[in-house]
Amino acid sequence: MRHLLGIEEMSRADIERVLETSEAMLEISQREIKRVPTLRGRTVINVFLEASTRTRVSFEIAAKRLSADAINVTRSGSSLSKAETLADMARNLAAMSADVLVVRDSTAGVPHMLAERVRVPVVNAGDGCHEHPTQALLDAFTLRQSLGSLENRVIAIVGDISHSRVARSDIHCFTKLGAEVRVAGPPTMMPAGIEALGVKPCFSLEQALAGADVIVMLRIQQERLDGALFPSIREYARTFGLTQRTLALAKPDAIVLHPGPINRGVEIASDVADAEPSRILDQVTNGVAVRMAVLYLLTGGAN
Amino acid sequence: MSRVRIQGARILDPATGRDELGTVDLVDDRIEAVGRESAGVPDQVIEAGGLWLMPGFVDLHAHLREPGQEYKEDIETGTRAAAAGGYTTVCCMANTDPVNDTPAVTEYIQRRARDSAVTRVRVIAAATQGLRGEIMSEMASLAHAGAVAFSDDGAVIMNAAVMRRVLEYARGIGRPVIAHCEDLHLRGSGVVHEGAHATCCGLPGSPAEAETAMVARDLELARLTGAHLHVAHVSAARSVELIREAKAAGVRVTAEVTPHHLSLTDEAVRGFDTNFKMAPPLRSARDREALREGLADGTLDCVATDHAPHALYEKDVEFTAAPFGVVGFETALPVALELVREERLTPLELADRLATRPARVLGIPGGTLEPGGPADLVLVDPERVWKVDGARLTSRSKNSAFLGRELRGRALRTWVGGRIAFALGEEGAP
Amino acid sequence: MSPADPQHASATAASTAEATGGRVVLDAQGIQRATTRIAHEILERNPGAEDLCLVAIVRGGQPVAELVGKQLAELAGRAVPAGALDITLYRDDVVARGVRPMPRPTRMPFSVEGKRVVLVDDVMFTGRTVRAAMDAVLDFGRPAAIQVAVLVDRGHRELPIKVDFVGKNIPTSRVERVVLRARPDGELEVAVV
Repeated sequence: MRHLLGIEEMSRADIERVLETSEAMLEISQREIKRVPTLRGRTVINVFLEASTRTRVSFEIAAKRLSADAINVTRSGSSLSKAETLADMARNLAAMSADVLVVRDSTAGVPHMLAERVRVPVVNAGDGCHEHPTQALLDAFTLRQSLGSLENRVIAIVGDISHSRVARSDIHCFTKLGAEVRVAGPPTMMPAGIEALGVKPCFSLEQALAGADVIVMLRIQQERLDGALFPSIREYARTFGLTQRTLALAKPDAIVLHPGPINRGVEIASDVADAEPSRILDQVTNGVAVRMAVLYLLTGGAN
Repeated sequence: MSRVRIQGARILDPATGRDELGTVDLVDDRIEAVGRESAGVPDQVIEAGGLWLMPGFVDLHAHLREPGQEYKEDIETGTRAAAAGGYTTVCCMANTDPVNDTPAVTEYIQRRARDSAVTRVRVIAAATQGLRGEIMSEMASLAHAGAVAFSDDGAVIMNAAVMRRVLEYARGIGRPVIAHCEDLHLRGSGVVHEGAHATCCGLPGSPAEAETAMVARDLELARLTGAHLHVAHVSAARSVELIREAKAAGVRVTAEVTPHHLSLTDEAVRGFDTNFKMAPPLRSARDREALREGLADGTLDCVATDHAPHALYEKDVEFTAAPFGVVGFETALPVALELVREERLTPLELADRLATRPARVLGIPGGTLEPGGPADLVLVDPERVWKVDGARLTSRSKNSAFLGRELRGRALRTWVGGRIAFALGEEGAP
Repeated sequence: MSPADPQHASATAASTAEATGGRVVLDAQGIQRATTRIAHEILERNPGAEDLCLVAIVRGGQPVAELVGKQLAELAGRAVPAGALDITLYRDDVVARGVRPMPRPTRMPFSVEGKRVVLVDDVMFTGRTVRAAMDAVLDFGRPAAIQVAVLVDRGHRELPIKVDFVGKNIPTSRVERVVLRARPDGELEVAVV
């Protein structure tokens, strides 16, 4: 792997290599001294051109636990602006002598476009509505902790599929690992041609959750909706929100994931978010381990 | 008096149906004789060695960017690029700065063309003032100043009542209205064709219906008004069907298709290369097939480039932020030749779609090789293989959808009014 | 996927030549004798196994530590805490050159604070592995002492590292490889390949 731009480009073996490496990384996070010298003297630049605290902090911790220097570049704190060409942006970042660029942008494709213009490995930390590969990897890692394998498991992804990069990465990741994936949401949030990704679209929560092993609830991001895709938050919560009642449609021991931050009472009821089937906090913990694994593997060069 | 003889050429003249090896004599700015040698000793003899001699191509849809955006292109660089692609007449769209919605701007463009253009330049003026889609422009005055058609192009006239009046008024002055059919509300923030590729890329999609709904509306308005509607850059299969039905029903409609829509599909956007971002977007393989079929059966009258130059730094940005459009003059011929190689078009039909019919759509001279007509012609090597290299494109802008591609077929020499507007250099350099 | 299981992950040779070929320098009995002697020596140096713990270096040290641990438990009359340390992320060639071997999970189910830590590996060669292992152990606390036990010492040290307990000294050339491996019948042996 030269870059981590999307799960779509990864093979199952690539995914499993990251997940296996993450096991060792998870143990480091449980130590008293949570640091190994592996990336001593290396510089990881987190280029976060779209606001995100959680993912940025997760990558920052991951870099530091591997002894790398982690530097954050955010849009307000840098000269990087929409008026700058990608070539200029790439030159600026290269001038900072980064060993890895972790890129988050509100526009699909920016990490890919930068990767073509810089020599260092690029990690996609979320690009618009396209992909969020480390989120999918940590989701898969979290599920394998509970389920062992995803082979033939039924996974329902519920929410605004159209605008969700997590949905796309999860779909690629889970299907490559052998799961049966369903996506559910109002038809206005279901993108055209989603079946081409090997998933079954469902237009009711009941249909999606029946017999599911895993439920991934997506965050409803009002700020990203450029049209009226649903009449009201209340109606959304009533039709696609996960509650104790709707959770009962899934398998009795079904696991609930959410990429966070959660909108309590909108896509997920508070008592579900905090209850046993939820692995939301495990996801956060595992996120650091998975990102350590990604940084470790990508800094090795083209092996 | 200067007499040029081109002999041993495969003469392709759709107007007469002529497709034969022979000689064409040019005297000054006119074609003197076709198929036989005229009396008189030529000053120059060109041995064509079986290469194709076609009427110079006529492009109904181009953006020359002058006045106002000369950093992208100007009339000189634009027409040089056009000549390098075999074009002898270029019709330029009205979205200049200032907008070409007054006779003053129309006259300015024509004056600049007389001073600097190497091809003929025909002016398409704005249909509404400021391209705002509200109040129609002074179309009669613009026509008097030289405008050959009216169009707001990408600034779509969304108000059907305004479009109706524009069509009615244009009919009265005997000029076609060129419509970029795209419902801007339905398109929304869409930058690529709505479908599996857009979904995979997470790029906002625009459905084919954003075009077809507007094609349907404008065909109905053309029926209502009896005006000549020319549908610009058709991209969707359903649009071809609608136009075919309307033609059969006697609606005065003509239509064009771009080389990129004939050749590429929405799969091209997978790498986030902004040189595949244009409006309308590249669509599905099924749509592309319908466009090829439509051009072959004549439903789509002609190929038009929608040559839309943008500076490198404007295109080298996030996909959603990049401007729509690609350059097209220099790659149109080899891309259209794909249809000849696939035996969808005969060479004669190709000449028809590139030269004869576009001239007829606007009712302007040219597009034929008839004796006494203007000496606008192009000598083409249909087998010449060349690689599209941005640095070697004549256009000031390099935003080609075919960069790095090997294409087959090239204009070797282009005459405009008997003068050589383009001659391919030794190693393929103009 | 399950975390690398030390029982099964140990002593698996990389190639067929390493799996079957070469010259056997220590057979199962020899290994048994060597580990018994190492256990005795450890107890001599650390009377009563007070504060003692065994830390196997993943993966070659694990079968050796298992044998030594069993002997120690019998001799001392009580179980000695045992851990397994993966030193991949501490290897100087990984830090410097960037090769990316798969790290295995480390298992340290006890604190090393104030403990007498015996690092156990199969083969002592350049000393770089032990160097990395010492760094790793120190990340788990401040032990009272670190000692090193190996089944085979083949020489060619590149760092000033000394072995405290050695099963057998085997002179080798630099290009040879020394492997601890399991035969098809399950018996362990050491071979020079």
